[in-house]
This record gives sequence, structure tokens and C-alpha cells, in this order.
Amino acid sequence: MAKLRNDNFIIDKKKFKSRLIVGTGKYKNMKECAKAIKISGADIVTVAVRRVNISDKKKPLLMDYINPKKITYLPNTAGCFTSDEALRTLRLAREIGGWKLVKLEVLGDKKNLFPDMLETLKSTEILTKEGFSVMVYCNDDPLMAKRLENVGASAIMPLAAPIGSGLGIQNKTNIRIIRNQTKLPLIIDAGLGQASDATIAMELGCDGVLINTAIAKAKNPFQMALAMKNAVSAGRNSYLSGRISKSNYAKPSSPRKGLI
Amino acid sequence: MKKIKIKLNGKWSLIKGNLSLYSHLKNLKIPLKKVAIELNQEIVDKNTLRKTKLKNKDKIEIVHFIGGG
Repeated sequence: MAKLRNDNFIIDKKKFKSRLIVGTGKYKNMKECAKAIKISGADIVTVAVRRVNISDKKKPLLMDYINPKKITYLPNTAGCFTSDEALRTLRLAREIGGWKLVKLEVLGDKKNLFPDMLETLKSTEILTKEGFSVMVYCNDDPLMAKRLENVGASAIMPLAAPIGSGLGIQNKTNIRIIRNQTKLPLIIDAGLGQASDATIAMELGCDGVLINTAIAKAKNPFQMALAMKNAVSAGRNSYLSGRISKSNYAKPSSPRKGLI
Repeated sequence: MKKIKIKLNGKWSLIKGNLSLYSHLKNLKIPLKKVAIELNQEIVDKNTLRKTKLKNKDKIEIVHFIGGG
């Protein structure tokens, strides 16, 4: 069990307990979101940066439900389609309370919400130079992942499938190749639908998964939050335990000796 | 005092002239610790809010964190 005890999840020299990162969008209300996060055991949550509603100040604030001193806020640039928009958003996020660990997401097309990798690469380089620690949403292309690493990304976050699609990992081979080529934290971001998807991601050797829609939009988000927590833990232990090799033939589980 | 026109979070409004950014945000009851502020596309250091006087056609953006993926 020594290995398990030392199994820290480290991003940019900071240790985290849970390998499950959850999004805070799409919940019915803030209360439901806060409860699901608690059940999931996540200690990092993604948040969006948006205009304050000036006319309706009674609207509940995220910070009143999820304490940023206890849970790490990961400001995200979801909804940005250019490098300039993403940079502006994250500079503002840093201004709110000194957040340097951020998630960069520069989208390329509205239908699939695939990342625009040229804008993403450019933004990663600029943000890193400005002192940000940038976790990067990207496609599952090993060459692009390498380029992101070369310009200073602090985590590689390839999609499993289109955002919110719930399809699970579409290209295991590429995820495996990315795993083998990098020592950076590798986190599956987007497209997971059920607990087994999270387990598969972890069994491929990913360091973590980021889940929003699959929990927030499940009929019972609390039960799914628990399922995802257990799935991530199961997948991680399975990965570390060193699985048996596959065989095309049966191997009996009981000894032949002593057979009557 | 002559009124000035400012654009706040995308909406134009008429306000008293000679107000500091700080007084205007206080009037609007903005929780300063939970937001970031841009004036004409430049981030405003919160320590300079009192010194910053609003001018005609200033554009202000006030943002905070909300739920997101």
C-alpha cells in the first residue's frame, strides 16, 4: 500500500487530494451544485468569469456557496473564441483574488466546441510568460500536446469527446500516446458520460478527470457525484496495481492438485 | 453638476459628473472583494479606485465568478 499513500496529485507543485475535478455549471441552483461538489470529494472546481448582474443583486453568488478558501477555484475561459478574449478573461480572473492556476479553453467552432489549437497554443505561451499556471483544454493530438508542453503548459487536458456529449473516450490510442510522452498532469476534460468512462480514463494512466455535465445533468446529480468519485478512485488503483496480461485462452483459477 | 454618460456592463446610463469609480461602485453596492473591474479595457487596480474619476463615455466592466464547466 506504500504506493497508494504516496500517490499525490500534483499540479504546478501544489498537492491535491482528489483526482476528480468538477465543473460548477448547469446545476439547478447553487445549493445543488455545492452539495454535489461536497459528495464528489473534489478539491478543485472550474468557474466561469462573467459580468456582475447590476440590476438584480439578490442573485446568489457562487462564493457564498463554495468557499474559495477551502476549494480551489480554477477560473476557466469557457465561451472564449479568440486568444484575446481568453487572455482578457484570465487577467480579470487573476485580479479578483490572485488566481494564477487557470484553465485555458479557446473554442474554434460553436457546433462541436472543439478547441482552436492555434489560438490555444498562442495563449498558453503568453499566459505562461505572464506568470500564470495554465491547464490547457486541447484536442487529443499528441503533437499538439507536445507543443503545449514546450510552451510551458502546467497540465494537458485533452477532450474525451465533444463537451457535454457524454460519449466517453473516443480515441484511447491517442490518450495512451500522450500519456507515454509526457510527465505533465494529464487530465481528461469533457465528454464523459458515466462512471465507467472515468474509470477507463484513469486506467489509461490519466492523472485526473474533469466532469461537469455528466454529474450536473444526471437525474440524480448527488448519486452520480458519488459514482464518479468512486470510479476515479477505482480506475487509479487499477492503473497502479499492474493488471494481468491478456490471454486468448482460459487459465483455471483453482489448482488441479488435489482434484478428486 | 453636469451629468455624464457611462457604459457599465454593456448598458449606457447617465450619472453625476465628478464621481470617483469607488463612489459609483459603492452606490451600486458592488462587493469589491469579489469582483474585478475594467475601465476602458484596462484592469483597474483596486487601490486606485478612489483616485479614478469617471469621465464622459467611460466604459466599465465588472465581472465575478459564476458556475461554469
